Amino acid sequence: MIKVDEKGFYGKFGGAYIPEMLYPNVEELKNNYEQITQSDEFKKEFHHLLRDYVGRPTPLYFAERLSEKYGAKIYLKREDLCHTGAHKVNNTIGQIILAKKLGKKRIIAETGAGQHGVATATVCALMGMDCTVYMGEIDMERQKPNVERMRILGAKVVPATSGSKTLKDATNEALRQWINNPVDTHYIIGSVVGPHPYPEMVARFQSVISEEIKYQLKEKEDRENPDLVIACVGGGSNAAGAFYHYYNTPEVRLVAVEAAGLGVSSGKSAATTALGTSGVLHGSKTLLMQTEDGQVIEPHSISAGLDYPGIGPVHAHLFDSGRGEFYAVEDEDAMKAGVELSRLEGIIPAIESAHALSALKQVRFNSSDIIVVNLSGRGDKDLDTYIKWGGY
Amino acid sequence: MNRIDNLFQTKKENILSIYFTAGFPKLEDTIMVMEGIEEAGADIIEIGMPYSDPVADGPTIQESNKVALENGMSMKKMFSQLESMRDKISIPVVLMGYLNPIMQYGVEAFCQKCKEVGVDGLIVPDLPIQQYQEDYKELFDQYDLRNTFLISPQTSETRIREIDKQSDGFIYMVSSHSITGAKSGISEEQIAYFEGVKAMELANPRLIGFGISDHATFMTASSYSNGAIIGSAFIKVLRDAKNLKQDIKTFIQGVKQA
Ligand SMILES: Cc1ncc(COP(=O)(O)O)c(C=O)c1O
Repeated sequence: MIKVDEKGFYGKFGGAYIPEMLYPNVEELKNNYEQITQSDEFKKEFHHLLRDYVGRPTPLYFAERLSEKYGAKIYLKREDLCHTGAHKVNNTIGQIILAKKLGKKRIIAETGAGQHGVATATVCALMGMDCTVYMGEIDMERQKPNVERMRILGAKVVPATSGSKTLKDATNEALRQWINNPVDTHYIIGSVVGPHPYPEMVARFQSVISEEIKYQLKEKEDRENPDLVIACVGGGSNAAGAFYHYYNTPEVRLVAVEAAGLGVSSGKSAATTALGTSGVLHGSKTLLMQTEDGQVIEPHSISAGLDYPGIGPVHAHLFDSGRGEFYAVEDEDAMKAGVELSRLEGIIPAIESAHALSALKQVRFNSSDIIVVNLSGRGDKDLDTYIKWGGY
Repeated sequence: MNRIDNLFQTKKENILSIYFTAGFPKLEDTIMVMEGIEEAGADIIEIGMPYSDPVADGPTIQESNKVALENGMSMKKMFSQLESMRDKISIPVVLMGYLNPIMQYGVEAFCQKCKEVGVDGLIVPDLPIQQYQEDYKELFDQYDLRNTFLISPQTSETRIREIDKQSDGFIYMVSSHSITGAKSGISEEQIAYFEGVKAMELANPRLIGFGISDHATFMTASSYSNGAIIGSAFIKVLRDAKNLKQDIKTFIQGVKQA
């Protein structure tokens, strides 16, 4: 069974390894989130905003030319059509309603690619809440348009200047600022990472993805279960959402795709399950790229959203238990897959999502199989990277 | 007898604990800094084990962690430096650091090594009480290591009492809701919190840390507890030192008396 236990563990992974200063904040969340998110009032607002504001349900699109090319029936779950351009907003909508119900006045968030930052700035504008986003100094450089999008939306963007100046350090900074502002501030984490209850809470908000896949596939194929679901994994929130209602349906293969960067053994990679060992980062025990001495290793991926040295504890458990199949895709192959989808289907995917698409080349399946690829985001934010790469 | 137990039995007030990062400012400075701290008359040495992601620390200590790691500091290197520390150092020594490097070293191997070199206690901010009880307490006890938990102004009385029950060295009172880093002065709100905890008459001694930087803040903090811990302000002294030992002495003696 893939299920979180009372202490926040998925098998050996998870928990809440946090400084005591964060305990009251996390405890408040833990004690209230189930009750609040299960209430009719919350559900009503959540579903209303997902429908009328985010534009859900997102289509489950049969990609005919892509299917022809790979010899299977391939559907794309179009999270790229969500307002703000990626699945991230499903989670920020859920958390902002929760934050309001908890009486919080300020929101903080971390961001890597800037997608989660934009999704957070968006819902803060929507709710009239003060918003500060921490972003690695290096990521601010390589994702400039998203920095400006956040600013237009009224958010403060604060550079994280410590460590490697990327997503991991932005997360450290957000955690520090939460310690500094424990009473009126809610921290919207952007993936299924962090101390319990965050990984499960974020997964539940994202689980709308697989909830929709089920009934959409039923309409189209008269079956709820595809043979495979494929999704990219940075922290793992879009994958957790796409897998959620299939965790305990063993006949559905769950395929998680990590960023190999310049190659799994190149020293410039973000393939956590291939390179990682068990450790503690950002409040949970999980698989983690680290030195023998327990220092966290700087990952590399061409896609800022996958450039993270850990994965959510649920994915560590999917890997460890063998329930999930893990693949790694190199920068170059992801870029090519992005262009391929653009040419075959007229959809320019986010480079993160392009990793999931590229896995179609590695994964073995039958021609009669139905495959759902979670297209987590669109490529607008990545134009600069596509242009610099230039291979189209 | 464990040196922490001994200290708190014989000294009840104005206890001064000094934090620094192993391998900072230079890789081989660790022992010299410890000697400086002891000679200047501090009561406890708290050695920071450098970590790439020190989430409870402010900019000054983040930087010292980074520099130490760049200098080549590691857990193994640190223990090799501490190998013969008890030839020179007689006051209690506490290791402070994050859980991950300890897990990778191997918790039992780590505890054994601590005992072997003469470490008396541990402060691991991201090791929560529940995990401590389930997976660590037995080993810490077996190797005679005192464990220190943190409390903050946000910690409820029930939780403080629970922490008091689980503690066996001293309680680390974080002075405000903040990460480490020197601030100027102590506010009335902080005083109210110090008084509140004092009135609880806990079983364990209390040291106040975070934002303690000079004689005035040390004395104020000490008047509501058994003493105080200085970290960031001392790291700045090390960072800017011209003559390491002399500057350590000047700073610590200045903290102890005006
Ligand atoms: C489009 C897109 N997909 C995937 C990710 C990776 O995040 P996660 O693994 O949490 O889905 C990001 C992160 O920024 C993203 O923007």
